[in-house]
Amino acid sequence: MDFLNAIILLLNYLIVPALAYGSQLALGAIFVSLIYGILRFAYFTAGDLMSFGTMFTILFTWYFQSLGISLGFLPTALIAIPFGIIVTIFYVLLKDKLVFSYYRMKKSPPVMLAMVSIGTMFVTQAIVRIVIGPFDRRFFDGEKFIIKANEFKEMTGLNEGLAIKSTQVITLFVTIIVVSILFWFLNKTKTGKSMRAYSDNEDLALLSGIDPKRVVMITWVIAAILATVGGALYGLDKSFKPFTYFNNMLPIFAAAIVGGIGNPFGAFLGGYVIAFSEILLTYAYKKFFVYLLPESLEPDGLLQLLSTDYKFAVSFSILVIVLLFRPSGIFKGKVL
Amino acid sequence: MRKNLDVIAAYSIMLGLIILVGFLQSWSMALSILCLCLISAVMTIGANIQWGYAGLINFGIMGYTALGGLAAVLVSAPPVEEAWKAGGLNMLLCAFIVFSMILVIRLILKKFSKSKNRNYIIAAVIIAGLILLRLISAPAIESIEAVNPATTGFLGGMGLPILFSWIVGAFFAGGLAYVIGKIALGLRADYLAIATLLISEIVIAVIKHEDWLSRGVKNVIGLKRPVPYEIDLQGKEWFINLVQKFNQGSLNLISNSLEKQQALKQLVIESSTVFVKLCFAGLFTAVVIVLLIVTQKALYSPWGRMMRAIRDNEEAANAMGKNVVKQHLLIFVLGSAIVGIAGAMMVTYDGLFTPGSYRPMRYTFLIWVMVIVGGSGNNFGAILGGFAVWFLWIEAAPIALFLINLFTSGLEETNALKVHLINSIPYFRFLMMGIGLLLIMRYRPKGILPEKIKRV
Repeated sequence: MDFLNAIILLLNYLIVPALAYGSQLALGAIFVSLIYGILRFAYFTAGDLMSFGTMFTILFTWYFQSLGISLGFLPTALIAIPFGIIVTIFYVLLKDKLVFSYYRMKKSPPVMLAMVSIGTMFVTQAIVRIVIGPFDRRFFDGEKFIIKANEFKEMTGLNEGLAIKSTQVITLFVTIIVVSILFWFLNKTKTGKSMRAYSDNEDLALLSGIDPKRVVMITWVIAAILATVGGALYGLDKSFKPFTYFNNMLPIFAAAIVGGIGNPFGAFLGGYVIAFSEILLTYAYKKFFVYLLPESLEPDGLLQLLSTDYKFAVSFSILVIVLLFRPSGIFKGKVL
Repeated sequence: MRKNLDVIAAYSIMLGLIILVGFLQSWSMALSILCLCLISAVMTIGANIQWGYAGLINFGIMGYTALGGLAAVLVSAPPVEEAWKAGGLNMLLCAFIVFSMILVIRLILKKFSKSKNRNYIIAAVIIAGLILLRLISAPAIESIEAVNPATTGFLGGMGLPILFSWIVGAFFAGGLAYVIGKIALGLRADYLAIATLLISEIVIAVIKHEDWLSRGVKNVIGLKRPVPYEIDLQGKEWFINLVQKFNQGSLNLISNSLEKQQALKQLVIESSTVFVKLCFAGLFTAVVIVLLIVTQKALYSPWGRMMRAIRDNEEAANAMGKNVVKQHLLIFVLGSAIVGIAGAMMVTYDGLFTPGSYRPMRYTFLIWVMVIVGGSGNNFGAILGGFAVWFLWIEAAPIALFLINLFTSGLEETNALKVHLINSIPYFRFLMMGIGLLLIMRYRPKGILPEKIKRV
């Protein structure tokens, strides 16, 4: 019984939250990685693009709520996401046309493009703050929990409760769907293959008649979709605050690099690596061992490796270590 | 003279703008803009050394600034003797352990050849050291933080004059840069950018949460100033006489002696803040001028030529026998040390240290905007960038208010759109910075004052 309790404890506080957080990071990391592979620069607007997409999702959610449309026990935001995506696609394509295409034509070094993306980061941040403000916003509606801790305890008779939020399940579901469509697209369709070819060797791809404009456009479209979905899921699960989204850029980059930048599948796994290590290293294991060990061996301290204040620092340290010993990432980068 | 015309023109416009603020808003405001412009200029000199001279991207400016600030606290805050008694010895022991860990690792690196076993030994040393550190420091930290937590709760500093911290801050930042440079400088440009950005976040996390060292988010306030306090000035005879002399004309217009006294008092209060800021501005200007002379000399010395050669063609410079790795490390340390000075200056000016306020937008990306807008590779350009961008950053709100009122003049005062726009005025500065950066990068990629290369 104690063993089961310990497992449930870990599930409740570690595995379920880490899976949800990891999926949200993974969606961001995939598009950062894609942009790095195809457009060949570090896209510093990543976090703010996610907040841009989420902002429009929220605006549409409010609009639908005012019309009285709802999905019952599911959050209304799910219908709003596609509309948010459309606006975001429009925005990134406009940005590409006005800003990035010029430097691509000139074949500027990647550093220059990264700097330009800092410029667009400022602009995007300003737009989000001017339109919706810098405040914390919750836009979740519908049923909050799938299983409540109390119900679970009654059902199983265990001491530990397992609470699963519906947003966590939605996050996992949507991530699985989006990511499997994406990998199907990249691996099986002709356009996807041409994108991989372009990422692998630009000159060779151009020689074989691949239209670079199309490849770039599709990359931006995918980036907008992933940014909006990832951002909206994060916002549903936690809350929407532009500053947090900007900060999320850092673990996203960490995930993309740990997974091997330029490699979307690596980035996808990298998201989970970062999320799990953040939560595993900052969790206090005291209760876990109280269940497992006999009473005489019970630990005194909290058995916390690092205080939760250092949550971000964990992912960055992992990144630094990976960069030092395996700069191409755990899953070998640059092979889209 | 002719060839420097653009520099002179740009700086006169900048000074003119600041003086204009003095006339339109207030002299105190103009001087505080000037002081922060000067601090920003020090930061941009540091960033420009790295980016403009050597082509190294350092997105960790925030980290060095914060370390400089920490230096100001550690140098000038009065020591908390009780805390030292409670846990000082343990903390010193910890410092000793860290030091010996580094020595042991260096020894292992030297003595053993590269192998898997060596890595395991190093990992074992690090883990054992960390466990030991944790065991020794945990009770000490608890007792230090328990000492009078509302006012102290940390070890305090050395109680020295705060001006020393400008040098100490440089050493702190330089030391950190040495470590980072050792591990990260081999990375490709964009990886280096991301790595330094993340490392600076780690530095901030440590400063924020190690309360025994820096009081963390509880902030350290009331650091001693190197210049007189307003309150003291207001009581000083010579200062009152000085104010009287300056305002003779306007004071003579008032006939009633009681009113005259009142007016004088008011003037003394106002001028005391201006005087204090003038003192600060003088100190900061001295720093900027010294740094400018040194960096200019360095830029046109054989060493500066070598740096530019390395920046423009690393392989060729390497083939000529220049040690690229060593020079990169050197310039990384130098640039970061200058940023450290700026961090200490900023805390000196504010008189308080607030680790929570260090955010990458303000302390890393804004500085980069300054360097790129001003002109990378040209010290005058970088300093001008610091001035211009900081000026815009502060004055963006009034400008935005003016523009909004202009464009929505047809709308009523209570119009929802107008109210919303006016409420979000503080965020227009981001918009201006972003658009400014994009425009400069598009139409004048070398900055307002581009790099000048002397050709023989």
